[in-house]
Amino acid sequence: MLNDLTIATAAKRLRRGELSAVDLTRAALDRIAATDLALNAFLTVTADAALAAAAAADAALKRGVGVGPLTGIPIAIKDVIATKGVRTTAASKILDGFVPSYDATVTSRLKDAGAVIVGKVNCDEFAMGSSNENSAYGVTRNPWDLARVPGGSSGGSAASVAAGQALAALGTDTGGSIRLPAAYTGIVGLKPTYGRVSRFGVIAYASSLDQVGPLARDVTDAALLLGVLAGHDPRDSTSVDRPVPDYAAAIAGGVAGAHSLRVALPREYFGAGLQPEVERAVRAAADVLRDAGAVLHEASLPHTEYGVACYYVLAPAEASSNLARYDGIRYGLRAPSAASLLDLYRDTREAGFGREVKRRIMLGTYVLSSGYYDAYYLKAQKVRTLIRRDFERVFADADVIVTPVAPTTAFRIGEKATDPLAMYLSDVLTIGVNLAGLPAIVAPCGRDASGLPIGLQIVGPPFGEEIVLRAARAFEAATDWHALRPPDVAGREAPP
Amino acid sequence: MKLSVDRIRHVALLARLALTPEEERELAATLDQILAHMDTLSRLDTTDVEPTAHVAAVETPWRDDVVTNAPDTAALLANAPARDDDLFLVPKIID
Amino acid sequence: MSLRLGAYESVIGLEVHAELLTASKIFCGCSAAFGAPPNQHTCSVCLGMPGMLPVLNRRVVEFAVRAGLATHCRIAPVSRWARKNYFYPDLCKGYQISQYELPICEAGWIDVPLEGGAKRVRLTRIHMEEDTGKNIHDAHGGGSLVDFNRSGVPLLEIVSEPDLTWPAEAGAYLRTLRSILQYLQICDGNMEEGSFRCDANCSVRPRGATALGTKVEIKNMNSFRAVERAIAYELERQVRVLEEGGTLVQETRLWDPDREETRPMRSKESAHDYRYFPDPDLPPLALPASFVEDVRRTLPELPDARRARFVSALGLPDYDAEVLTARRDLADYFEAVVAAHPNAKAASNWVMGDILRLVREQRLDDAPTITRWPVTAAHLGALIALIDGGTISGKIAKTVFEDMLGSGDAPAEIVERRGLVQVSDEGPIVAAIDRVLAANATKVEEYRGGKDKLFGFFVGQVMKATGGKANPGLVNDLLKRKLAG
Ligand SMILES: [Mg+2]
Ligand SMILES: [Zn+2]
Repeated sequence: MLNDLTIATAAKRLRRGELSAVDLTRAALDRIAATDLALNAFLTVTADAALAAAAAADAALKRGVGVGPLTGIPIAIKDVIATKGVRTTAASKILDGFVPSYDATVTSRLKDAGAVIVGKVNCDEFAMGSSNENSAYGVTRNPWDLARVPGGSSGGSAASVAAGQALAALGTDTGGSIRLPAAYTGIVGLKPTYGRVSRFGVIAYASSLDQVGPLARDVTDAALLLGVLAGHDPRDSTSVDRPVPDYAAAIAGGVAGAHSLRVALPREYFGAGLQPEVERAVRAAADVLRDAGAVLHEASLPHTEYGVACYYVLAPAEASSNLARYDGIRYGLRAPSAASLLDLYRDTREAGFGREVKRRIMLGTYVLSSGYYDAYYLKAQKVRTLIRRDFERVFADADVIVTPVAPTTAFRIGEKATDPLAMYLSDVLTIGVNLAGLPAIVAPCGRDASGLPIGLQIVGPPFGEEIVLRAARAFEAATDWHALRPPDVAGREAPP
Repeated sequence: MKLSVDRIRHVALLARLALTPEEERELAATLDQILAHMDTLSRLDTTDVEPTAHVAAVETPWRDDVVTNAPDTAALLANAPARDDDLFLVPKIID
Repeated sequence: MSLRLGAYESVIGLEVHAELLTASKIFCGCSAAFGAPPNQHTCSVCLGMPGMLPVLNRRVVEFAVRAGLATHCRIAPVSRWARKNYFYPDLCKGYQISQYELPICEAGWIDVPLEGGAKRVRLTRIHMEEDTGKNIHDAHGGGSLVDFNRSGVPLLEIVSEPDLTWPAEAGAYLRTLRSILQYLQICDGNMEEGSFRCDANCSVRPRGATALGTKVEIKNMNSFRAVERAIAYELERQVRVLEEGGTLVQETRLWDPDREETRPMRSKESAHDYRYFPDPDLPPLALPASFVEDVRRTLPELPDARRARFVSALGLPDYDAEVLTARRDLADYFEAVVAAHPNAKAASNWVMGDILRLVREQRLDDAPTITRWPVTAAHLGALIALIDGGTISGKIAKTVFEDMLGSGDAPAEIVERRGLVQVSDEGPIVAAIDRVLAANATKVEEYRGGKDKLFGFFVGQVMKATGGKANPGLVNDLLKRKLAG
């Protein structure tokens, strides 16, 4: 099946002339047509542009010039990432119909590498959520079980890759938004070090935490995509000017990559509230690494329990400011009734933002407002320092940290929708990585009794993408969880 | 209850959100619960701890003072919900 | 301006926003030039489109450090960017990128010349920020229009301590500050075009009290005169309210130049709460000591130093030195005249007299720097040299000067062309004197009889008879001798 290929395999076959980019793209578009009624992963399908790009890719492959690492590969892009001339909504009504006149740097990097963009995928509105239920355009469904969430906020990215609608997708990760959906849908997701990948053209949620990364079928593809995305961008002042290593070389050792790897297992990440099957699968995964030559030890990240409180002060604070630009003046929705300027602002924003976005804007405005700044915002910034230091201390004796991604496997749609705090608390295992700005990869490592995927999180020190990829590849080479595919949902409709 | 409806309304005004009465009640309740969780931060002693505002880049990079943008007004105003020629149109501003 | 504050005294602090003369905007590559058609100088960054990010213009930092050094500020080795959050149509992101906790310059001062001597006014801070767009209120019937050409133009915000007490002091402070910025060539100081703007914080308190009274901020003053009048109006209003037993509210008021009064702003329906926080898109700004030293080396001589030098080295009176150094271009011109011919006082008289009069009449000083002068400095120097060398008289010099204005010719050429060379030969002058005395025999008798005043009459007659070209000194000497007879 063309839809189940990895990028590495497809690229090889494209180069050998055994496969055409147009056929591969058609297969992806057909798959989207057949499955998206059930999944609702795509907000915009760019079929014509994709086929044109595929034809150009075929021409380049034929001539053998202008062939990049992703030439002819169908890829989906999360809808918080700007695509020139293609509607970009952040899954919000307030940007309904917004067509940017620019590409995000990551979008142009994909294009420059030859990728075929098949469309824009669903997510939580402005990437705020852990389940994809906060999209203004309806929830994306988990291909493993249509009654369950795919995780969020990059739920459309994850579902599209898991269900074969695209070979890979871009997501963004502010508090776990790449890793959680990757875990829930049984694929690989990589959140790079803060500053490794440009944020230019990425619609901001929480600027000091947001980072773009790939969702892919295996570690090799994730490494390949990171190589395309990573690198300094003079248009992003938080982008770090530092050479991009050869990630493919980093994973070339396969299982041997685990040899004498120092692996820390933080006790706070294996605490109460963890679904027993999740804990078992992650511990078993650590044992796989140990059997391959890694050295395991227990460690402590003592401020873990404060991560959620810290994150849900800082991220909404930044968001309340980042989302102030959606005012109905220069682009996007404008409330038609607005007679006065104040009404224009209030009615537009009331009509344009969803419930969770409003909640976070309110929360962020509150913690920054006069009289509360020190107690909440400044305090959280200081706690952020403590959390960073926790990781620094552990990385003094460890190459990587191995943890579960989420306390449970994918939950049912609607299950947590009425309890925002419970939803926030489920981010406890991913948030620390963002607060500390670290790289982390998620790879499938098991299934629960209902057959739902379980993910393994491997965290590295700053700019330690090579080592987390190496560790993840070693695990993957020793197991075959990554080869599992969800059931075919073609022709099915979303359950009520 | 830490958050009165008055306080919610004040914050909503600062944030320019016209909340419905139902939203005001719901937000007062959930924000209250969330802020109670935030208050666990106060248990930590952060005396002498520097705040972290940025994790990666250490200083502001800069560019040379060169004009690199050519006028592109039509494309930039294409998304405007209301305009008058090359100007954005808003309800009358009273100052 | 007389001000009636009765039992009260006034406290004034000023906030100046100076637009910087950079080529491009502070955070994007758009032109910062004034006067383009609406929204021509905009891009997705300075329109605040989704996903856009700021990248700092190096020259803005350079200019800020220049201003800081020139005003004796401490330059922060690390300063921080902050977001100031509020909603207004001309503010495209819903926040302004500014500096808050750690500004680039702090704790400076400038000396402001006043009639009783200079007054030292302390500066709290100077920080960098971006300008907003412009709301246009009257062009569209039902609504207002927004032009973002100024959005993202770099600004320095310069905040004084409340060290000023009198409207005229505020005016003098602003003139001095503007002159410093113009000397530094970082701001054109044009108040009408809004490149040099001032908000005033005013309060009054019972004379001798130490606590500050309720502070009122006044905006919308676009000339020095407006600033002085607005402050005067506002101080008297505050005293009136207090004397009538009322209370003042802390508020922002607008100066209405037509009605000559301040009135409260209507649109600020919610209390200001700017929710400042560090901008996550811009890491802290670190300035190596070498950067500051490099900027220090390029600082020009500032007005204070130049004024002192004009007095000490060129021997000018204080008044002349102050007038000539008020503008860098004027002082440069004056120095070029002196370089052409070293007679500073004569140069000063010409520059402060005819030259400045013509500059004002021809509105040559409307531009940020005067580039076109009525006559070149070299020509003016040459003209003074002709007077000092005795080639022409001061009177003839005026004729030559008029000719220079029209023809643009060098003074020597004009003197030559029009035969204006001063006659210093005794022969023709004696002949003329003889003729005059012969024709006015009665007057000669009267003079010799003691009517000394008639001497001027004889001088005038001789000058007339020689077409004004006779050397006046020589005429005097010879006449005296002849009349003494
Ligand atoms: Mg300001
Ligand atoms: Zn611009």
